[in-house]
Amino acid sequence: MSSAAITKKTYVAVYAALMILVLVTVGVAYLDLGLLNVVAAMTIAFFKAILVALYFMHVRTSSRLVWVVAGAGVYWLVILLALTMSDFLTRAWITIPTF
Amino acid sequence: MTAAVEPKDNYLTAGFSLKSWLTTTDHKRIGVLYLLSITFFFLVGGLAAVLFRLELLTPPGDLVSADSYNKLFTLHGIVMVFLFLIPSVPAAFGNFLVPLMIGAKDLAFPKLNLASWYVFVLGGLFALWALLTGGVDTGWTFYTPYSSTYSNTYVSLMAIGIFIAGFSSIFTGLNFIVTIHKMRAPGLTWFRLPLFIWAHYATSLIIVLGTPVLAVAILLVGVERLFGIGIFNPAIGGDPLLFQHLFWFYSHPAVYIMILPSMGVVSEIVACFSRKRIFGYKFVAIASLAIAVYGFLVWGHHMFVSSQSVYAGLIFSFLSFFVAVPSAVKVFNWTATLYKGSIAFDTPMLYAFGFIGLFTIGGLTGLFLATLGLDVHVHDTYFVIAHFHYIMVGGAIMGYLGALHFWWPKMTGRMYTEGWSKFSALIIFIGFNLTFFPQFILGYLGMPRRYHAYSPEFQVYNVLSTAGASILGAGYVIPIIYLLWSLFRGKPAGPNPWGAKGLEWEKTSSPPPVHNFAEIPTVTEEAYNYSGTNEQG
Amino acid sequence: MTETSAHQEDMSWQRETSLLGVWVFLLTEVLFFGGLFTGYAVYRSGYPDIFSEASRHLNVLLGTVNTAVLLTSSLTMAFAVASAQEGKRRPLLIYLFLTIALGLVFLGIKSTEYHHKFVEKLIPGAHFSYSGLSTREVQLFFSFYFVMTGLHALHMIAGIGVLAVLAFLVWRKKLDPSRNALVEGTGLYWHFVDVVWIFLFPLFYLIGLRA
Repeated sequence: MSSAAITKKTYVAVYAALMILVLVTVGVAYLDLGLLNVVAAMTIAFFKAILVALYFMHVRTSSRLVWVVAGAGVYWLVILLALTMSDFLTRAWITIPTF
Repeated sequence: MTAAVEPKDNYLTAGFSLKSWLTTTDHKRIGVLYLLSITFFFLVGGLAAVLFRLELLTPPGDLVSADSYNKLFTLHGIVMVFLFLIPSVPAAFGNFLVPLMIGAKDLAFPKLNLASWYVFVLGGLFALWALLTGGVDTGWTFYTPYSSTYSNTYVSLMAIGIFIAGFSSIFTGLNFIVTIHKMRAPGLTWFRLPLFIWAHYATSLIIVLGTPVLAVAILLVGVERLFGIGIFNPAIGGDPLLFQHLFWFYSHPAVYIMILPSMGVVSEIVACFSRKRIFGYKFVAIASLAIAVYGFLVWGHHMFVSSQSVYAGLIFSFLSFFVAVPSAVKVFNWTATLYKGSIAFDTPMLYAFGFIGLFTIGGLTGLFLATLGLDVHVHDTYFVIAHFHYIMVGGAIMGYLGALHFWWPKMTGRMYTEGWSKFSALIIFIGFNLTFFPQFILGYLGMPRRYHAYSPEFQVYNVLSTAGASILGAGYVIPIIYLLWSLFRGKPAGPNPWGAKGLEWEKTSSPPPVHNFAEIPTVTEEAYNYSGTNEQG
Repeated sequence: MTETSAHQEDMSWQRETSLLGVWVFLLTEVLFFGGLFTGYAVYRSGYPDIFSEASRHLNVLLGTVNTAVLLTSSLTMAFAVASAQEGKRRPLLIYLFLTIALGLVFLGIKSTEYHHKFVEKLIPGAHFSYSGLSTREVQLFFSFYFVMTGLHALHMIAGIGVLAVLAFLVWRKKLDPSRNALVEGTGLYWHFVDVVWIFLFPLFYLIGLRA
């Protein structure tokens, strides 16, 4: 739990990595990768979020309980997204004609 | 046994002024504040039920207009679900008992606890305001696009009230989770915890994970109504069904928010009055968590006929059957606990029996509704109404009344009248079944819900139902009278009138002192060690 | 204080308890924004081209700058937490001030963006006007844009408020930040709000860029 384990040097390194990832994600967005655009953007965002959580939020040096809480957030988010999308992706959209 | 005396210094005598109650951070007093507030809301919701049951006595809509009828059942649903059932056992008894049961002085965040009560009252006042200015007619489900675009009633005001009340629920859940993790007495390991605590832990998990999604769904309805920023509006390509997904992501697990704490109560009562450790303790404990986790995977069974994709319907139907497993584990284990137990039929035990039987009927008819084909037939009929009242009234309220009768001596230090309390338990059981069993038949015959008039062939069942409701109503009034009476005339209860196991009974007085225990107890044995042996596992 | 309850008064126990409370609170926040992200995902999958088209009305440069500003504020916040734990008052005050300043810069840039949208009549509702392929569904994109970035901004405003109160208390020596978890807990919240933006940025600003 001692967060002193993370030094200011590490913070700066993480910050630098985050800034580089911002530029990468903007750069990738200009390429036409089809469906992979979304995948790339979300993967990069996910990595950035992991970096922030592990280092800035000290998850890396926190108790197992904190890992469980953070994991629970991700898990339930996936349930909400996946089961909702299971409906919308397997049926036609009801569109109302313009009046 | 020596004559019981009431301790002079307890949490009730620590201050008599209104201020001492309104500024308290004592979890026991906050529990009492909640108990009073939810009783008030229970009466409000009950009054609405009286009115529409009277309307349904005769086939034509003669007592109230269609509009008033819509507002009445909406009022009944919103008040009973959000302002009575959700806070009922957790906020009143959970607040009172969680620290006592785990040997702590208070919850982890006492000020947050007080804040949660104020937030609850504020949300309740908004809801009452919406009701008094003209009411809401959307049903408690606030389905879009009716709620967001068409209804001319006070939906926004009500939405604000529900949104606010949600925070109070979140504060309580957060407090319980942290308290149970961090404040257990020395020696009180996870598998020595009373099942009441396991149930409240699981409930808190659902509250913390589900409530924010309801909040955002309600917020989006409010934003659409107030600012015209449409998310669910089909006229700009929105899909109203998205609201139902977000709504039921919370509101299906919310059923477990209502039933899990009552299951915890039943575990305590069954163990005490059969003088046995709960059979398969670990299974019952884990089943609570399983219900909490699994409960989030089944919400789509509310949407089988609302144009949800059939493939999603299949998945949700399939998953819904599985959630019956942990519930069944609990029912079987309670029953197995009774086997060869020395059973005493005190009032709390009567409610526990009521719970087990009625919950089983409610749960099994839930499987009917989770079956895709059958649901098409009974969807939006009185069958659904009967089903969820068997869960919410037959289950949750039986558990609530069981808790009230079991821990009343602990909370007040007084005993109530045995004869009257057994009589009213019986009345409630009979009244309940007479009210809701005919509704299963009505629903199966095809009477739709939410109409103020119906065709004459349904009348006989409706008369039975209304007659039952009046008996049920009387059953609810009797406890209010004898419990109030016991405050003044009841015999002192002594620390442990039931001879029950548990820190709240064995290590502190009735009513408990302000700081709960003279010294923080150390736990050396399993929960429900009624046989006196210290078996492990 | 009896021996047995001594552990409950222990400082590191207090800190862990408060931080667990903050983490559980953040869990509710994940699901709160999660509901909105779900809504976004549903409509984005329903109208992918329209969302891309609508996205081109956002200013990528401003969005990128704002992302950088917010990430920098997270760095200063992390430094503030480190200073608080070491009991260094002056650096703590400086870092808190920097974090607040960067937060205000973010909100400033955000409000100019909102102003542009107002001028271009892209705020959904009665005054919405758009001339393009699909005037109807474009409103959905902007509904999500305003609701999600708006709620994010509200969270920033709340965070800045808490930071200001903390800074004031430290400045008037009413609070010894090394003795409690207030700064650390606020830091967790601040970083979380940053994480939300990390996802909002590509979902709103970057989806219309590809040729």
